[in-house]
Amino acid sequence: MDNETKKVLTDPLVNNNPITLQVLGICSALAVTSQMSTSLIMAVALTAVTACSSAAISSIRNHIPSSIRIIVQMTIIASLVIVVDQLLKAFAYDVSKQLSVFVGLIITNCIVMGRAEAYAMKTPPMASFMDGIGNGLGYSLILIIVAFFRELLGSGKLLGIEIFPLIKDGGWYEPNGLMLLPPSAFFIIGLIIWVFRQWKPDQVEDQDFKILDISHGEGGHH
Amino acid sequence: MSNEKKQCKTTASLCVKLDKCEHYQKFAQYRDKILALSNESLEKTIAIALSLCFVCAILVSISAVALKPLQVENKAMDMKKNILDVAGLLTEGSNIHQDFAEKIEAKLVNMETGEYVEDLDVITYDQRKAAKNPAQNTLIPKDKDLASIKVKAKIAKVYLVKEGEAIKSIILPVHGYGLWSTMYGFLALDADGQTVQSINFYDQAETPGLGGEVVNPNWRALWSGKQVYSESGEVALKLIKGVVDNTKDGSEFQVDGLAGATLTSTGVSNLIKYWMSNEGFAPYLDKIRPECEGE
Repeated sequence: MDNETKKVLTDPLVNNNPITLQVLGICSALAVTSQMSTSLIMAVALTAVTACSSAAISSIRNHIPSSIRIIVQMTIIASLVIVVDQLLKAFAYDVSKQLSVFVGLIITNCIVMGRAEAYAMKTPPMASFMDGIGNGLGYSLILIIVAFFRELLGSGKLLGIEIFPLIKDGGWYEPNGLMLLPPSAFFIIGLIIWVFRQWKPDQVEDQDFKILDISHGEGGHH
Repeated sequence: MSNEKKQCKTTASLCVKLDKCEHYQKFAQYRDKILALSNESLEKTIAIALSLCFVCAILVSISAVALKPLQVENKAMDMKKNILDVAGLLTEGSNIHQDFAEKIEAKLVNMETGEYVEDLDVITYDQRKAAKNPAQNTLIPKDKDLASIKVKAKIAKVYLVKEGEAIKSIILPVHGYGLWSTMYGFLALDADGQTVQSINFYDQAETPGLGGEVVNPNWRALWSGKQVYSESGEVALKLIKGVVDNTKDGSEFQVDGLAGATLTSTGVSNLIKYWMSNEGFAPYLDKIRPECEGE
């Protein structure tokens, strides 16, 4: 594997992670992460869609009229999402029932569109495919971390296997109900972003506004 | 080696044939002409849009058609699993088709008279499809439409669990509107048509974590042993706000409402009220009740 491919694959994991740095695709990250199994399937589905749509869009990029560019991308993405949804319904029915609308909502996932517009429209198919895989993996990494904590703390299980025996089943662990509700993913993603930015300080954004120091008497006009 | 050569030859000859084909030549000419156009020209925009739609449509239809049998099979299996579940007969790892065939008996019921219908095929009859078919449904008058479902099938498909000849549970299909979606489920009753065994919603799209908790096993367990009809014969079973106080009178008619999901809870109360009333399964339950008392 040459250096460029490697960079395209590994950069989105930490340095340019779609969720923690670009803050895209948050909605599905909140919705499907209460269990590891649904997150894993969602991660695979999104990675497949991003990679294939990027490759497909990139292969016709020189012929896409710019006036209908977005709708061409959407058509390709939507078709791939329907195919993925059909595959899940055929081969993983229970999971597809749990994921319900969220597979369909991959269509509106900003990561897929973002990569198509920002990368695939300018880059050859193979590199776009790798970029799609890389960004899918970056998304998967965060999803799996979030789901790990939510399922473990929320229901004492991982992938449905009991880790902490619950009090109501005679064990010692009192599950944290908040972890099963979507807002908990906000807290965990926030913590992940904090950890990433402590580790890689260059990810910290410049402040949009400087806060005035009123002790010098400059902001005191009311 | 020779095989490879042969293959090459056939592909080559195919290509040659394709090239010679008049229609293909025309197509190729037109394609090259379009591709050479400027991206912004109207002709190319339309051509690209149409051919993209064509390719995508083929992709989508192939996947939908090819995977249909598997999906239908999954759905049927899931339905059987849900019926076994609501009857309390679901054991992990056992063969669902076999269990279903051995333990559950499907019956068709005329909603108006409450009589069994024998001249229809019970296996292929689909109540949900029938409810949409004008020939097989009845419109529900607005003032009676508690469950907000507008139409109902004239014939319902119920399931019985029997022990010998005696009925052990009666499983009734129920549905009604919640907050976002029509919730489809099964209600399992004792042979007296009065005591609830269990309830199970197999198709709903309520808010996950709030109304979606209708599928929560802990909440569903609260239904066991509740009574449907009050002494005067009216449907008394409903969801209340908050937690049921089991020491109070009438608690046998009450189930905890879902926290944070008032509209879904009201929807569940309404659908129980509707399907247990004379509009719903009351005539049928009246018909089969004496049968059990006689034994």
